[in-house]
This record gives sequence, structure tokens and C-alpha cells, in this order.
Amino acid sequence: MTDIGNANRIERHTLAVLVVNEPGVLARVIGLFAGRGYNIESLTVAEVERADVRHSVGLSRITLVTSGTHMIIDQIKTQLERLVPIRRVRDLTEEGPFVGRELALVKIVGESGAENARRGDVLRIAEGFGARIIDSSESSFVFEVTESTEKVDQFLAMMAGLGRLEVARTGIVALSRGPESI
Amino acid sequence: MSEQQMSGAEMVLAALADNGVEIVFGYPGGAVLPIYDAMFQQERIRHVLVRQEGGAVHAAEGYARSTGRVGCVLVTSGPGATNAVTGLLDAQMDSIPLVCITGQVPTHLIGNDAFQEADTTGITRPCTKHNYLVKDVEKLAETLHEAFHVARSGRPGPVLVDLPKDIQFATGTYRTPDEFDFSYRPAYEPDMTQIVRAIEMIAKAERPLFYTGGGVINSGPQASEALTELVRLTGIPCTSTLMGLGAFPASDPQFLGMLGMHGTYEANLATHGCDLLVCVGARFDDRVTGKVSAFSPGSRKIHIDIDASSINKNVRVDLPVVGDAGRALAMMLEVWKEQGHECRARALAPWWKQIDAWRAVDCLAYEQGDSVIKPQYALERLREALKGRDNVYITTEVGQHQMWAAQFLPFDKPNHWMTSGGLGTMGYGLPAAVGVQMAHPGAIVIDVAGEASILMNIQEMSTAVQYRLPVKIFIMNNKWMGMVRQWQELLHGGRFSESYTAALPDFVKLADAFGGTGLRAETVADLDEAIAKMLSTPGPVILDVAVDETEMCFPMIPGGAAHNEIMLRRQDQTKSDPTAREEGMVLV
Repeated sequence: MTDIGNANRIERHTLAVLVVNEPGVLARVIGLFAGRGYNIESLTVAEVERADVRHSVGLSRITLVTSGTHMIIDQIKTQLERLVPIRRVRDLTEEGPFVGRELALVKIVGESGAENARRGDVLRIAEGFGARIIDSSESSFVFEVTESTEKVDQFLAMMAGLGRLEVARTGIVALSRGPESI
Repeated sequence: MSEQQMSGAEMVLAALADNGVEIVFGYPGGAVLPIYDAMFQQERIRHVLVRQEGGAVHAAEGYARSTGRVGCVLVTSGPGATNAVTGLLDAQMDSIPLVCITGQVPTHLIGNDAFQEADTTGITRPCTKHNYLVKDVEKLAETLHEAFHVARSGRPGPVLVDLPKDIQFATGTYRTPDEFDFSYRPAYEPDMTQIVRAIEMIAKAERPLFYTGGGVINSGPQASEALTELVRLTGIPCTSTLMGLGAFPASDPQFLGMLGMHGTYEANLATHGCDLLVCVGARFDDRVTGKVSAFSPGSRKIHIDIDASSINKNVRVDLPVVGDAGRALAMMLEVWKEQGHECRARALAPWWKQIDAWRAVDCLAYEQGDSVIKPQYALERLREALKGRDNVYITTEVGQHQMWAAQFLPFDKPNHWMTSGGLGTMGYGLPAAVGVQMAHPGAIVIDVAGEASILMNIQEMSTAVQYRLPVKIFIMNNKWMGMVRQWQELLHGGRFSESYTAALPDFVKLADAFGGTGLRAETVADLDEAIAKMLSTPGPVILDVAVDETEMCFPMIPGGAAHNEIMLRRQDQTKSDPTAREEGMVLV
């Protein structure tokens, strides 16, 4: 019985995927998820190794957060590994401790012009989370906060009562802890 | 090793030749004219002009499947490419190595909704193993060579190269395949410790069963030889998927027939009752497993597959072995011999006794009267007529006739059975037969067909006539889409919605109109003579055999049922009413 319980438990995993930076590669990854009904909770991608004299191809790193049963997570990894332009797939969640960070830009707008008391609350919370002010006006701020997903969620929850929010988040990028690399 | 300046179109021909291609199946059009022009001026590559692009892909599949080589397709942009899509997915599902070259509008028009433009790489991304859009003539040679490398490496599959017309005209440097080193390197070599564990499990099992699939055939003839030796050496029964037929000789007493939805009683009950299931190059597909939660419930499972994503996809296994089926089988043989195991036949006597009892049920039995031809009888007579002939290749369309062909025709060698398994593409058989016959000019190539399927690609009859290909089309004509009718009778209250074809052509006249020969058999008395005439008549022949309109294909495991709930005849319907099972209703 416990076995069945475990088999059906939904796990959340953070995957690091190194791909050849060529046209269509992201579509292949996303198409795989859409076509087979897997979840994507967040996905970030950028080139991390440029094609030059030493490297014949450029490489991009995709950090992907997904969820599913253990069997589904295994399927996701082996299906990804099957794609021709994919060089490496690492399950950071499974392989040990890792650090994950995401960047959020948060605009907060005062309800009826600038209210000084609220401005003070907003700034105090921002300071507590290490958020930087990158824009401000009489009735608004834009903060930049770089933190774990959970911390960003907390930050937003605390700000929510203090004004109208507009949020842009990157989704997480992640690296394993310690000297090991992908 | 060489380096040469030439046009993109010439590079295509050079790359095909350098990758061992002798025959291309294709259809010209605006966006591939430079390639056709280059083709006109060379003699290394032969071109087979099909009548519709879908036919080209199935023909290349037939060619590939019967030779073990990469099949090659050349079609134009837009509708040429979209017509090829079904065949590409068919090849993807059945792991057939193909390279399909599609023309594309010139690079500066891409994205403009230009005439005959389609987002070919976008459309084919999920139905190819990999695809490329070439935008630089200097990358063309490498891309083409890599396409062949990817198509045939690891788990084989179709690869598409989309080639804009301006790139075909542009001049660039051609380099031969040996100058490139491709990063795509799937693992072939199984882990020895896993192999040793597999042998340990096999040596101890009391009710073991081999379950083998198309992966054994894809691995090459030596894999089928190794399988045959291992099965005989161990004394263990063997069953096969639809795609795997021929890897182990069907005439061998250790063969239980095909398993799955229309598999034999003994194969399915053995799968259900075994204590060790050794899966080699098959993928626990839903047509094989039936209800997954009730599939082979008492067995430990070994799964050998070159594609790691096939393992634990549908059914959890106890011992996964990732690698080439042929290598794994050879290593298993080696370990079995090295450890000095004896043949298990005697130790497995109770298991064999049980299997013999299941066999005694005679699950493929049918009643042949003196007039109306039963489809099973038609195939038995065909089998009889082919007895002693060595060089026989069978292709099929999709439906009842396909399952009966799998049940009644003897497949003793790999690469002699071409059928659309995973995708179930009606219209596969005739073009596939064209491809097979191109590869094996002296062989007997028979497309076992239904009257509905054959109409889906009947235009390829014209191709067969043009290239003087003596393909034999054996139509089992019951006037119904037989499998659809069967499901409607069993699962939809006998409401035969749109499954009857009211205006079938006269197939004898049709064959004649194409320039082939048409024959007909109406009754049991006509059959043998008609078959003999079909085989002795030169050129393409259609034999239209009128068969019992309401015959159903048994055994049958209804969708959503377990293997031990197998139906043997119509009357079993009441015993396990499939309409009562909601899960079964929604399955296809």
C-alpha cells in the first residue's frame, strides 16, 4: 500500500539541461513537454558557452522546474536525453544540494497617490529582503529582488497589502553546491 | 577524404551516394527542381517516381525494413512535405531509419506565406527523430551526413532535412562523411553486470518467457540468430510482438505466436502466468499489455532496450538493460555458456505442460463451409501456395486482414514482414511493397490487403506498373472496414456507423486500367487456382478474394481487459461484456 502511495506522489524536480544553441532547440524541449502532457513550472534559458575557435557549437543552459510522479520524472529525463541537440541532463533535486535563484521585478503603486506611512512600510520590507530600488516615482517603486522562489513568494505576499502590484519573474536558475559541475 | 566545390543540389546527390543510397523515392515540385536537375545529370542514384508523396515515404519504409538500410525520400515544399507527414510518423513509431529531404521556399521568403510554403520543420518536429532547416550551403554536407548518422544510430528513426531552393542553387564546399565527427553517440553496449543478473534470473525461473519485438530486427540479422540460439539453448518459450515477427522462427515449437490484443491464447496466457518476462527490443505497448495494472501480474521483468525512455514507461521492470538488443543477446549467450547452464526444457516441464494445454485450445480455429471463403482460409491457402519458396516478403495494410496475416502466415526470417504497427496506417502496404520489390527485384512480394485500406494508396499501382514491379496485392474483400465493424459489433451495440463501403470499384477492372492484371476468387472452389495464377502472372496483380463479410478476428483481448479475459469467439461476448467496462470503451 505504501508502495502505491509513493509511486503516485507528485515530486517537484529542478533539472539542468545543456543544449546545443541552434534554432528550434527550445521548441523541441517545450514540444516534448506539451506533446506528452508533462508540467513546466518554470523554464529559463540563455547561452552559456559561445561558439568560437575552441567550441564548434554554442551551448545554452536550460533550468527547468517540473513536477510529476517518480516514473514521470524519469520519463522526462530520458525523453530529454533522447533529443539529438541535448548534451546533458542533470536532475539537481536528485543529485544533491543545489542553489536556485530567481530574479523578480516588482512594481508597487500606491492606491491614492503617495501615502507616506505606506511608503515607509514598503521600504522597510524591501530592505528586509535585500530588494533594490531601481525606479521610483511619487506614487510607485520598482524593486529588483533576487532570491529563492519561496523568498520571492514571501516578498510578494507581504507587499500585496500595500499597493497594486505588477510582477515580472525570471523563473529559477540553479547550480549544484560544491565543486562538482554539470 | 575529399573536398570539392559544387552546388547545393549536387551536394545532395553526392551525400546520398556517399551514404550508400542507391534508390530515392520521390516526387518533383517547384522547390526541389534544382535537385531533380542534378539527378538528371548523374547515374549513381536511381529515382522511383511515386504517385503521391505519402507513397514515397511508405516505399522507403518498405525498402529500409527489408534491407536494414536507410530509406531515402525526396519531396517538394508545402503539400509535398505535408503529404509525407503520415509516413514520417509511421517510421517514427516503428523505428524505421529514413532520411527525407524536403524542398523549401528560398530563405528570403521563409515566413512570408509564400507559394507552397509550409513550416516543415515545425510540423515534423514531433514526428521525426530529428530535423534540420539548412540556411547555409557551407553547412549542407555536414547536415546531410549527420542526418544519415542520426537516422541509423541508436533507436533508428526518420530524419528530415528541409532545404530552401536558394541553397540548392548556391555553390559551396562538399566534404565526405569521414571528415566529420558527430556528437550524437547513443550507447550500444549493455552493462555486463546487468547481463549477468539477467542470466541469473533466467536460470532460476520456473515459468520464464521471452517477449521479443522489432528492436531485435532493427539490430540486424545477427541479433535474430543470437535470439534463436539463446531461446533454443535455454529451452524457454518465446512470443513476439507484431513488429518482431520473424526474429525467432514461427515454425519452431518453442514459438507461441504473437501476443497482445489479437495474439494467440497460449502467448497471452503464458504472458499472464509467467514468473519471469524477458522483454527484448519491445516496448510494452498498450496493444500488448491490455490493462496495465493486470499485465503479467506475477512476473519479474527484464527489459532490454536501446532507448532508455522505453524502460519503465508503461510497466515497471525489475531489471533494466539499456543497449543494443543484438549485443545484449550475444552477451547473454556468452554468459549462459560460460557458466555452463543446462537447457531448462526438462526443468520447465510443468510450464511446458501448461502451455501445451493452452495450445490445445486451438485458438485460431475457424469453420470453413463449402462456399463462402473465410479470410483465415484464404491466408492458409496462400501460405500453402508459398510453401517451399524462400524469397517471400509480406506487407500489409491495417485492420483485420493484418492481424490474420500475423496469425496465419509463417515468418521464419527477419526483415520479411513489413507492417504498420505503432501508427496503424491504412494504405501502408502497397507503397511498402513497391519499396520492398525495388530492393529485391527477384523476390515474391505480397501486399495482404483489405478492400478499404488498399483504396487509400491505390495510386501506387501506377508506380508498380511503371517500374515493372511484380507486386501481388491479395485483397481480402469483405466489403466492410472489418476491424471497425468488429468493434462496432462488440462495443457499440451493432450500430454499423459508416463502416460499409457501398460503392467499391471493380478491382479486376481497376488492375486492368492501371496496366496490371486483375483476378477474382468468389468461392472456395476458385481460391487455389486464383492464388496460383496470381503467383504465376508476371507484373503487378490484384487478386480480389471475396471473403465472409461478418467474420471477426479472434482471439481478442478487449480494450481495458487483462490477458486472461481473452475472447476466443463471438459467444464469449456475453461472458465478459466489454461494454460494461468504461475504461475499455475509451481506449482505441
